[in-house]
Amino acid sequence: MSKTPLLEVKDLVAAVDGKTILNGISLTVYPGEVHAIMGPNGSGKSTLSNVLAGREDYEVVSGSVTFKGNNLFELEPEERAREGIFLAFQYPVEIPGVSNMQFLKASVDAVRKHRGLEELDAPTFMKLAREHCKELKLKPEFLKRGVNEGFSGGEKKRNEILQMALLEPSLALLDETDSGLDIDALQVAAEGVNALRNEERGLIVVTHYQRLLNYIVPDYVHVLADGKIVKSGGRELALELEEKGYSWIQ
Amino acid sequence: MSDEIESLIRREYQAGFITNIESETLPPGLNEDVIRIISGKKNEPEWMLEWRLEAYRKWREMDVPQWAHLQHPPVDFDAISYYSSPKSKDDAPKSLDEVDPEILETFEKLGIPLHERAKLAGVAVDAVFDSVSIGTTYKDELAKAGVIFCSISEAVHEHPELIRKYLGSVVPQQDNFYAALNSAVFSDGSFVYIPKNTRCPMELSTYFRINELNTGQFERTLIVADEGSYVSYLEGCTAPMRDENQLHAAVVELVALGDAEIKYSTVQNWYPGDENGKGGIYNFVTKRGVCDGANSKISWTQVETGSAITWKYPSVILRGDNSIGEFYSVALTNGYQQADTGTKMIHMGKNTKSTIVSKGISAGRSQNAYRGLVRISPRAEGARNYTQCDSLLIGDQCGAHTFPYIENKNPDAILEHEATTSKVSDDQLFLCRQRGIDEEKAVSMIVNGFCKEVFKELPMEFAVEAGKLLEVSLEGAVG
Repeated sequence: MSKTPLLEVKDLVAAVDGKTILNGISLTVYPGEVHAIMGPNGSGKSTLSNVLAGREDYEVVSGSVTFKGNNLFELEPEERAREGIFLAFQYPVEIPGVSNMQFLKASVDAVRKHRGLEELDAPTFMKLAREHCKELKLKPEFLKRGVNEGFSGGEKKRNEILQMALLEPSLALLDETDSGLDIDALQVAAEGVNALRNEERGLIVVTHYQRLLNYIVPDYVHVLADGKIVKSGGRELALELEEKGYSWIQ
Repeated sequence: MSDEIESLIRREYQAGFITNIESETLPPGLNEDVIRIISGKKNEPEWMLEWRLEAYRKWREMDVPQWAHLQHPPVDFDAISYYSSPKSKDDAPKSLDEVDPEILETFEKLGIPLHERAKLAGVAVDAVFDSVSIGTTYKDELAKAGVIFCSISEAVHEHPELIRKYLGSVVPQQDNFYAALNSAVFSDGSFVYIPKNTRCPMELSTYFRINELNTGQFERTLIVADEGSYVSYLEGCTAPMRDENQLHAAVVELVALGDAEIKYSTVQNWYPGDENGKGGIYNFVTKRGVCDGANSKISWTQVETGSAITWKYPSVILRGDNSIGEFYSVALTNGYQQADTGTKMIHMGKNTKSTIVSKGISAGRSQNAYRGLVRISPRAEGARNYTQCDSLLIGDQCGAHTFPYIENKNPDAILEHEATTSKVSDDQLFLCRQRGIDEEKAVSMIVNGFCKEVFKELPMEFAVEAGKLLEVSLEGAVG
């Protein structure tokens, strides 16, 4: 893959409430690549995705991140999203009374506008959303319900994948998408993600367990401990890690 | 996060322009002579003047109510002018064509269609500018259905029997301090009568506008729905931006006879004051309806986004058996606004039902209180009430308060009360922004979602308006 990098993270140090969580991370993702980030609880996995998405409670202390050749830190969270960064949340929040459809349309409209595309009219959008629902085994009524309101764990995660499918990001960050899912739900979610893999799109899969990687097979695996990447390798590293446990790399 | 909310607490009030017209305004202060002048201007019959004077005498004995969760400097009732009317060359305008074009333009600017647009929209509008009713559209068409829709001054002359029978029958002169003041000096307002078994052929609407400096506005609205009739009534309000506080003390009375239904919707957007809390309307309003006959229904829906101070409790007296009272409310306060609003449901008849859904949204440094009373009298067998009271906070400098009172004298009654308080959370905002939606749009979407149950009670066009109004009122609430 001789293209220019999609994402280039260099010596990133980040803190929450004055406490350093990421302690010099470097990571390069080229278009079409799938990177898995693994690590024990508290190693900084979720912090990395939140910093990249631009969450405000996370302070960047030093280091740089370029996305498509531009300084990522100059962009507001909504601008990063419109530029193509998508974060699938570990714990998607509820927005009562706002229908999923309304939310999805507002989101897709905002992103399309930024990309110089026309807004989709309501019937076209409905049709598109219903098709994606079908692929994710979600009933059409799902679109009428409030955003994540009363959704089961599996529905919430599939809703994240639905949003990802509609927004067509260039870089997707999946933050512990497998947590709280049974094996069937995990499979459906993983199929949804795999359907979105292509030559252009980069994917960072953050997970505690290697289980998810049986379904979303990564090109690279990085192990995070104490805010640093302590080991990188191919797919086999995840299997080795499962066998030997995180204590092996610490 | 809270710093950002802080930085965005600015607002722009879009109805804040002043109309330059010549007007005739009485000098400030109130005494019996002023009341005689007001009554004289309107050429009122003796009984009307007597009714006003009686109210004035009662008012003088009364004290300003202090129980509300509101703080403001005392109102100087001697500094207010109690009557102002646009000065026309002769007397009052006889038809729309005689109305000062500048006033018509004002209503145009506000999106209130007095001419053709009214007809297209199928909404009959009575517009009250300062104290005088400017013109009622669609009168002939309504007359065919036997519906009376006119200014209250006109009704005093044309339909004295109805006015004498119903004026003050729901809100008596001495009901409270502001109602007594209104009874003494009310200058205009709307009167509606729907005859027996008639469904009013269109939505009726009144638009109130305060223009003149240092005037109070005291309209009086009376709606009588005779047996088996139905009417839906909309009310909207705006005022120019002025540094001084202006007083608005209206009274609305609704009478629903047997099997009749009245739906009353308000979108209140009086000037709320500037970002430092200077200026704005003091809105002290008494609204009450009586379900007088069996199977009657009164439904209040209000969207309150304006005014520096709101003191308002649209209530229903459920006298008829099986009668129904409803109150759906969205009250949004931002900046330094204060609202103390809610309802009273007084159950007297058997199997009476009431529903209260109140949504309070506080942003900026505002204070928002819900105050409600549900009273079940000993004879109200089988009475039911459901109350849902939700508060939403935006930022950390505002307040939400709830004062629900329940007085139950019948062991048979079923009463339910639910209350929640929530915040527009950082997580919700971040989810929206991560999906490309900017923060202001996100807040307005979240707030609209919170208000959904109330908006669905509004007539369609009004619901859209209300949504937009929330968006404008929230401008600067977050950032």
